[in-house]
Amino acid sequence: MIKVPPAPSSEKEYLLRMDGIYKSFPGVQALSDAKFELRYGEVHALVGENGAGKSTLMKILGGIYEKDNGQIILEGNEVEITSPGMAQHLGISIIHQELNLMPHLTVAQNIFIGREPRTRIPFVVDENTTNEKAMGLFELLNLRLDPTTKVADLTVAKQQMVEIAKALSFNAKILVMDEPTAALTDTEIEELFTVIRQLREKGVGIVHISHRLEELKQISDRVTVMRDGKYIDTLMTSEARIDHIISLMVGRTIYESVPELPENPDQEVSLEVRNLNRGKILRDVSFSLKKGEILGFAGLIGAGRTEVARVIFGADSHESGDIFIKGKQVHIKSPTDAVTHGIGYLSEDRKRYGLTLAMDVKENVAMAAMKKFLRWLGLVDFKKTNERGREMVEALNIKTPSLEQKVKFLSGGNQQKVVIGKWLTADTDILIFDEPTRGIDVGAKSEIYKLLNDLAHQGKSIIMISSELPEILRMSHRVLVMCEGRVTGILNAREATQESIMKFATMRSEAVLVTEQ
Amino acid sequence: MKSETQTAKAVSHTDEPKTARTLFRSDAMQRIMAFSALIVLAIGFSIASPYFRTFDNFVGILLATAVNGVLGLGVTFIIITSGIDLSVGTVMTFSAVMTGVFITNWHLPIPIGILGGILAGSLAGFINGTVISRMKIPPFIATLGMLNIARGLSLVISDLHPIYFNDTPAFREMAMGSVVGKIIPGFEVPNAVFIMFGAAIIAHLILSRTILGRYTFAIGSNEEATRLSGVNVAAWKTAVYALGGFFAGMGGVLIASRLNSAQPALGFGYELDAIAAVVIGGTSLSGGEGSILGTIIGAFIMSTLTNGLRILSVPQEWQIVVTGGIVILAVFLDILRRRR
Repeated sequence: MIKVPPAPSSEKEYLLRMDGIYKSFPGVQALSDAKFELRYGEVHALVGENGAGKSTLMKILGGIYEKDNGQIILEGNEVEITSPGMAQHLGISIIHQELNLMPHLTVAQNIFIGREPRTRIPFVVDENTTNEKAMGLFELLNLRLDPTTKVADLTVAKQQMVEIAKALSFNAKILVMDEPTAALTDTEIEELFTVIRQLREKGVGIVHISHRLEELKQISDRVTVMRDGKYIDTLMTSEARIDHIISLMVGRTIYESVPELPENPDQEVSLEVRNLNRGKILRDVSFSLKKGEILGFAGLIGAGRTEVARVIFGADSHESGDIFIKGKQVHIKSPTDAVTHGIGYLSEDRKRYGLTLAMDVKENVAMAAMKKFLRWLGLVDFKKTNERGREMVEALNIKTPSLEQKVKFLSGGNQQKVVIGKWLTADTDILIFDEPTRGIDVGAKSEIYKLLNDLAHQGKSIIMISSELPEILRMSHRVLVMCEGRVTGILNAREATQESIMKFATMRSEAVLVTEQ
Repeated sequence: MKSETQTAKAVSHTDEPKTARTLFRSDAMQRIMAFSALIVLAIGFSIASPYFRTFDNFVGILLATAVNGVLGLGVTFIIITSGIDLSVGTVMTFSAVMTGVFITNWHLPIPIGILGGILAGSLAGFINGTVISRMKIPPFIATLGMLNIARGLSLVISDLHPIYFNDTPAFREMAMGSVVGKIIPGFEVPNAVFIMFGAAIIAHLILSRTILGRYTFAIGSNEEATRLSGVNVAAWKTAVYALGGFFAGMGGVLIASRLNSAQPALGFGYELDAIAAVVIGGTSLSGGEGSILGTIIGAFIMSTLTNGLRILSVPQEWQIVVTGGIVILAVFLDILRRRR
């Protein structure tokens, strides 16, 4: 079923070329003049920080997004890819991180969904032929899979194999794999690489998106680096040094000036976390947070930073580990407990988790501390909520036409300030900010930074989770770096650099992983 | 069936040989457990009362299950797609009324009338499917609307009077006569029972062997992945709801034949019994799995229970309470079984 492509001639030397690709979404220029080029029989790694544009570029290739501008040249012919179906038809298959499988159906049924072999009786499916054809595909890849197993009964590694087999059944010329090794054990990774090498021998071009730089050394021929939606460089993997790749990923970005950090925080420890464990998501996380300190949490998406925050805040449970506040052990089983202990959490997605969009400014401000605003029989004291709302608007400089303005009409920066106002009203001392300046324009960002500094001055203890390295470096006293659920480094901010943070953020443990129950 | 990790989303378990645990969880095991429950009930009631274990009573149970069983067939498909159909009861009545109009009022031949009634039900189902797939209205709401529309139309068309089939005694013979009884004397089981079993066999074949069945499971298991695989999910969903209407139509013809009349005020409440039968039979409301056999067993469990309690002189109101309790218990046991 796999057609071995002809030997590369000078015109068709490239299997794929993407040139001058532009793509914007409301408020964000995701890609500017992005390029990518893939040869036959090549494993080409695509790397970059969160938001660099790798996924967007591949989604354009896969027909999920439409480019604003630019060319896609497939085997020498220019193509316009307008739908996922069309991409598949052209031989482009994408294996997403969230696998696109139907868990209740068998392996063979999944592979041939929509193209089921039929018997002569109308509408009746030929199950035997379906299974046979699936076995044929497995042989091509030397896979040991039973086509009649339900997908739900397979390990993640085997499910990925099913997706690869499915791609092959479409005579894929290009296979894009998005973080394929993220959920695999070391043995499974080796098996995956064996399959990838076989595909390479057959002339298939493979795009391997991954953050695991040491792995890329093992499997890829070339590596392309993207940053801020732009193409940076392409290197031969054998000649490239990991430090060099990291420096290309991180670049030198000019950052607008921001108020200086306050002086050294007190030595008093306000929050201590020891040996927090949560399945595979958090492993042995320990750290301490001092009064008046801003502790930056750095790491790639999926590293576990938000998960730590949610556990401390009682939004998720943990299997083992202890939490101490001001030296005393606490058991936080719910956000209600957390707030009682003085912990506030500003979530990543403030529209979903931080605000009640349909309510107005003063109602949101009072939301976490309603006890303070009640009269007898549970009636709300409107005079008090008005007063408090006015106080917060002034103190935080929230731009709103009135206290009665529904928060969904406020700008991102002002919405964020309302959330901060809510937590200040709840008398919280320990504040966890998760991506505090996401989706906020430059001007409002400075105001938020100033607020953070003021809060630290006042003695609040702050954890700031952020994916923007310059932000982390500017705002933190210390930086805690996580990678795949583990704390890989705690650095002093004055000594840390973007490169050193990146190094810790991509540092997988070298120990052999055993599948955990 | 959602996993907590941020990476791969598909549910997975370690590759293990068929241990006792996987066996316990399998679909076959679920069916065996449901069937055992039925047997236990039957034996229990037989011991409790001699009136239960008579041939006539068993026939009575079979007959009582016939209509609900047929309704349950279509609902099984719909629930496997993780949808729901609240209108099967009133669409059944609507089909019965239309059959009455065709046969009694318009004097059409009986076969045509029956076909017309079933088509009326299918049309209602088709409308449900279209509203759900194209207008993206949630199944609960869409079929709730149809429930009332069908109910209203039944009353309007019949002018609030039942339609009798006295002029055409052959119609009643269809369900209540006994072809088997003529072949094997003393074995007077009404045709309706065999019609139900026949319909169940056909439904089972459709679900397990045809493309419609395959896509029913696929849509219920992961609708988005199915759509991204190039399947016309909207069209197939519509087909599933139309099938639900088809079986509701069949049920309508059956019940009209049983009662020898189309009763326009009937039907409301039948949908809950049909859904209960499907759920007790092991089909999961979250979609992706289920079986016709399970639904039939579920329907029998319900009618056996009702019958047995009645023979033991338990007041009718309490029977309904017990049925409700059984539904909750059955779903709870199923959730436990899945989680372990």
